Amino acid sequence: MSYGESSRQLVDHLFRHEAGKMIAVLTRIFGIHNLELVEDTVQETFLKALQVWKYQSIPDNPAGWLMQVARNRTIDLIRRQHKMADISEELRHRIQSDTEQVIGEFFLDTEIADSQLRMIFTCCHPALNPEDQIALTLKTVSGFGVSEIAKALVSSEGTIQKRLYRARQYIQEHAIRFEIPAGELLKDRLETVYTVLYLLFNEGYNSSKSDELIRYDLCAEAMRLCKLLSEHQVGNTPSSFALLSLMCFQASRFDSRMGDDNTIILLEHQDRKGWNQDLIRRGYHYLSLSASGNELSVYHIESAIAAEHCLASDFASTNWEAMLKLYDYLLEHKPIPIVQLNRAILLAQLGRLETAIDTILGIPGIDQLLKHHYIYNAVLGDLYGKANNITEARRLLEKAYELTPSLAEKKLLKDKIDHLP
Amino acid sequence: MKDFMFIFRGPTPEDLKMSPEESQANMQKWLDWIRQLNETGRYKGGDPLLPGGKTIQGKKPVVTDGPFAEGKELLGGYIIISAESLEEATQTAFGFPDFEIQGSVEIREIMKIPMHP
Repeated sequence: MSYGESSRQLVDHLFRHEAGKMIAVLTRIFGIHNLELVEDTVQETFLKALQVWKYQSIPDNPAGWLMQVARNRTIDLIRRQHKMADISEELRHRIQSDTEQVIGEFFLDTEIADSQLRMIFTCCHPALNPEDQIALTLKTVSGFGVSEIAKALVSSEGTIQKRLYRARQYIQEHAIRFEIPAGELLKDRLETVYTVLYLLFNEGYNSSKSDELIRYDLCAEAMRLCKLLSEHQVGNTPSSFALLSLMCFQASRFDSRMGDDNTIILLEHQDRKGWNQDLIRRGYHYLSLSASGNELSVYHIESAIAAEHCLASDFASTNWEAMLKLYDYLLEHKPIPIVQLNRAILLAQLGRLETAIDTILGIPGIDQLLKHHYIYNAVLGDLYGKANNITEARRLLEKAYELTPSLAEKKLLKDKIDHLP
Repeated sequence: MKDFMFIFRGPTPEDLKMSPEESQANMQKWLDWIRQLNETGRYKGGDPLLPGGKTIQGKKPVVTDGPFAEGKELLGGYIIISAESLEEATQTAFGFPDFEIQGSVEIREIMKIPMHP
């Protein structure tokens, strides 16, 4: 076979994204109980591509090529099931040609999007554990391999296998339907989907334990799925746009948060010119799309907070008063310790250092939080430092140093401890 | 210039159970390697071999299913390249992308049968 001159470069993550599409379409055809057959068929499709393309060149439309192979293989599998001996030749012939047409319709672009949505909704079934939802979403919707999921979630392959097994088992045993729920059920399910996408994004954005590349992938994947959701008629809700805009604002700072040699750069010291302006623009765009109807979600508030940072030309000119109002609002909707902690940081910014410290000490269960989570120690220690209570500051910062597994965080904390008077 | 055949052996991709991302990364390495061979004028062609097949052997020939080589011994395909010498061809074969996934290359010169003895 001679060498083709056409493209020899694939779009990044093409296989991964196409895997997600194919799994969704084939699951709709074969049923969620046949997920194994579906995954094997998708695997076969890639093997064929691998064999043929590497010796020659990539076809002009690689995604279309893959879909075509998956489609033909599907028709083949269905036909095999229809090899009934007890029907006439004519009927068999008609069944077969009908099969081809019906299967073909599942592979239309609009139907592919529909199938992907069904897959997202199924993976985010509220009866599944959040950690299982995330693992299953990454595997079946996003086309991640088990070892990639383990790396991304800073877990072991065995644990991920177990989660996937548990999730699939549950779906089978409870005959969870592969569908987009309707009415009130849809509203509830969308909430779970948002939570999963939000967790997925934060896993990539906040975890400083895994390597940068896979974290970036996770954020990008959460954004891709959120966009997919917002483009579909069942998902183009104000909340979807709010979540998407929040992700854009956060992601715009992705590269500015780490310096060379794995050093954390705090918001205060980030070079704002390095923030991705394109993502910020998109953030505003989606935020404006989210401002319709009377739906106000936590994502709206969080996105508004993120936007507030992007609006300020430097750290000092941040509108802390506006920010505090937003945090008060957020706390009403989401009364959890981490929100209270962040609100306390704002109070300190506004010069109300003592109130800030009291707020943190007043968080319900703060003793336990301080025992197990470095972040509460780090923040409280920092505030004590500013309030000139050096003994407490040192004690807490050292405790934080001890608790965090992240080398980058340790470095930052060490620096703070060294600079105490 | 002489012609050489690179014969590729290794586990089947089925056995490797690569994720889509890993498959794509592996394929991109192949595409880059073949492009490089082509741009330097070495590449003359090649084909993958489908897995499975038949084997016939014995004094009373018997047909059996599939190649009997197992695992990493399985013949996966070949390419033909041109090079000055076996040494040069061998150097070229170091670009083979599958060493890290238990693949191997056999390098053999293609004999040019003379028209006259």
